[in-house]
Amino acid sequence: MIVALIFLKIIVIRGHNNMYLNFEKIDDKLIVHLNGELDHHSAQEVRNRIDDRLEREKIKKLIMDFSGVTFMDSSGIGVVIGRYKKLSANGGKVCVVNVKGTVNKVFELSGMYKIISSYNSFEQAVNNI
Amino acid sequence: MYQNMMKLEFLSVSENEGFARVAVAAFAAQLDPTLEEISDIKTAVSEAVTNAIIHGYSNNKGIVKIEAEINKNQIKIVISDKGKGIENVQLAMQPLYTSRPDLERSGMGFTVMETFMDDVKVESERGNGTTVTLIKTIGQ
Repeated sequence: MIVALIFLKIIVIRGHNNMYLNFEKIDDKLIVHLNGELDHHSAQEVRNRIDDRLEREKIKKLIMDFSGVTFMDSSGIGVVIGRYKKLSANGGKVCVVNVKGTVNKVFELSGMYKIISSYNSFEQAVNNI
Repeated sequence: MYQNMMKLEFLSVSENEGFARVAVAAFAAQLDPTLEEISDIKTAVSEAVTNAIIHGYSNNKGIVKIEAEINKNQIKIVISDKGKGIENVQLAMQPLYTSRPDLERSGMGFTVMETFMDDVKVESERGNGTTVTLIKTIGQ
């Protein structure tokens, strides 16, 4: 029964927003693991939750992990560039990690990599940001 | 020649963006596309549907219509709204142009559609809505 309720809750949460986030802090860096589909519908909550966390913990370095992103359209560009604008205004930085396939194609198209670094591993991201 | 078609109508709420792209992808699956081709179609449909919801209807509710047609190994997807229309289609299709800089939009929607599909046509009339036609041949 409890298992069923937990399962139902997961479906409800995911059904409502189709994306969930896990946060991790390493030294002065915030890592956000994005899981699910990043589109216009989920983007609003994603940006609010990341901005909340950055402000609350006064963090200036953000690492965005895309390994769990199963779909992304151009709304994702706005989410990354929006965080970059906010953080870089205060001397902060943003990078992305584990970006694959179509998601990578969308980022490449936008020219985003001219201002935001992309890494293939956390180690690289944590050491270089 | 193999032929098929489908029609879909839904309310212009953002919850339906995921529904619309998954429905079109499921319809396109009968062409036996690669994962990359399916992903391209989903992304392009998501862009067009999002445009209809954010720009076509702004915050009002309206109906977004999708008609998809399969002819042999080609899929044609027509996404239309009866919203406010695009004043200058050429300008709207330019990379990085956005009419809503307040929304953190990248202005890359049409560029994504053009990159991921073989052909993109946009017809729009002010006050009378927008129709986007996306065409892709599978297994090229």
